[in-house]
Amino acid sequence: MTAAVRVVDLSYAYPDGHAALDSVSLDIAPGERVAVLGPNGAGKSTLMLQLNGVLTATSGEVHIGGTLLQRSTVRTIRERVGLVFQDPDDQLFMPTVAQDVAFGPANFGVRGDELTRRVDEALAAVDMTDRADRSPTQLSLGERRRAALATVLACRPDVLVLDEPSANLDPLARRELADVLLALTTTIVMVTHDLGYAAQLCVRAVILDGGRIVADGPIGDIVGDAALLRTHRLA
Amino acid sequence: MTGTHQRLYLPGDSALHRAPAEVKIVAAVAVVFVIVATPRELVWPFACYGIGLAAVWRWAGIPLRWTAPRMLIELPFVVLALLLPFGGGDPRIDVLGLSLSQPGLQAAWGIVAKGTLGVGVSLTIAATTDVRDLPGALSRLRVPAMIVTVVTLLLRYVDVLVDEAARMRLARISRGDDPRTLRQAGATARGVGSLFLRSYERGERVHVAMLSRGFTGAMPEFGAATATRVQWVAAGAVVVATVAVCAAAWVTR
Repeated sequence: MTAAVRVVDLSYAYPDGHAALDSVSLDIAPGERVAVLGPNGAGKSTLMLQLNGVLTATSGEVHIGGTLLQRSTVRTIRERVGLVFQDPDDQLFMPTVAQDVAFGPANFGVRGDELTRRVDEALAAVDMTDRADRSPTQLSLGERRRAALATVLACRPDVLVLDEPSANLDPLARRELADVLLALTTTIVMVTHDLGYAAQLCVRAVILDGGRIVADGPIGDIVGDAALLRTHRLA
Repeated sequence: MTGTHQRLYLPGDSALHRAPAEVKIVAAVAVVFVIVATPRELVWPFACYGIGLAAVWRWAGIPLRWTAPRMLIELPFVVLALLLPFGGGDPRIDVLGLSLSQPGLQAAWGIVAKGTLGVGVSLTIAATTDVRDLPGALSRLRVPAMIVTVVTLLLRYVDVLVDEAARMRLARISRGDDPRTLRQAGATARGVGSLFLRSYERGERVHVAMLSRGFTGAMPEFGAATATRVQWVAAGAVVVATVAVCAAAWVTR
């Protein structure tokens, strides 16, 4: 079976020379939900930005559903890999939620009734239909995070990449977001520090530290290994 | 968009509220240009414009008690206008025992009349146009995509920045800062600098988020109806009426 995400020997250094990723290799199967755990500065967010070509690797390859990420395929890859950023205010920039949800698919050429249908479906998937015409400033943080998720779902991605989805959410908002994510059949890569949330949503975890993958296995085994977590500043 | 915009938008269901924003923008700009081009020596053309504007307000359900306080924005220009009759050139006339310059009086009248009407027209557009319609309207008016993007981001983030500035101010005050004293102006200045850097970083993150959803430089439209021929004709009629008054003023001056 073709992997939903295949990362091969990926390395990346920022322009100041700081090496954020060092020979990272990772295979994720279609429909799999994987948590990427790691301390601050481990390279988690950098890896996330590599998956749809926002950052270009220094060396190595990224394949999405068998398609190699390169200049000629970057638009296709961006349509197939949806990134949900940690701060929904970074993602929601249009005057209304509906306009923001339409932004992605419209960029990928969807128009007219199909665009309206995509927006309606994405908002329904995150239970935000009644807030379609609201400004993001009129929403709670939990609602904004679900709206940010809808902006990506409207592109119908094969892979959903979430950066700290539970950050700053109250218990109710965490549960509402978890319910939405558990109902999705999309491949999910979740970058987080929140071990409990990762265990609730994911079946597998990888630990990234110092730009390298240092552990990879079933989520129960990873979060149950106290020594491993302490070694990598996760507990 | 909640705070800043709701001070200017007056929700309603008049035809003016329902009219596409691009029609209102074009008509308003044209009307303001015509008002500015009207000879200032006369009073009656401006009275005509004023009556027309009042009629539009009544039709659109915009009460004077809503517009009046917002028109105070032109107060600095009014103050400037009030000084002109004292400092202008000859000939001079006596008014209530004061020697006033006739050209200065005309200049003052021109500033007050044209400024008031211009602000009135702008407030009419603001009161009847939801800010969410602006990006689409600007796109349909063929405004360059970069400017539309800047306007969209400005509208979205102005309140986020205001909130952030308020939180930073609270954090400073809670640590004993007293922005009223000159001695502590440095902390406020550094706060402004910090806010600029944060905004710059946010701008980068927003751009990355836009790129990841396929942004190529143009803002796509969604959910806004385009203007009909009837709406353009109606707006044109208003502009033509204003031009007629202006032309009559130039002929009869």
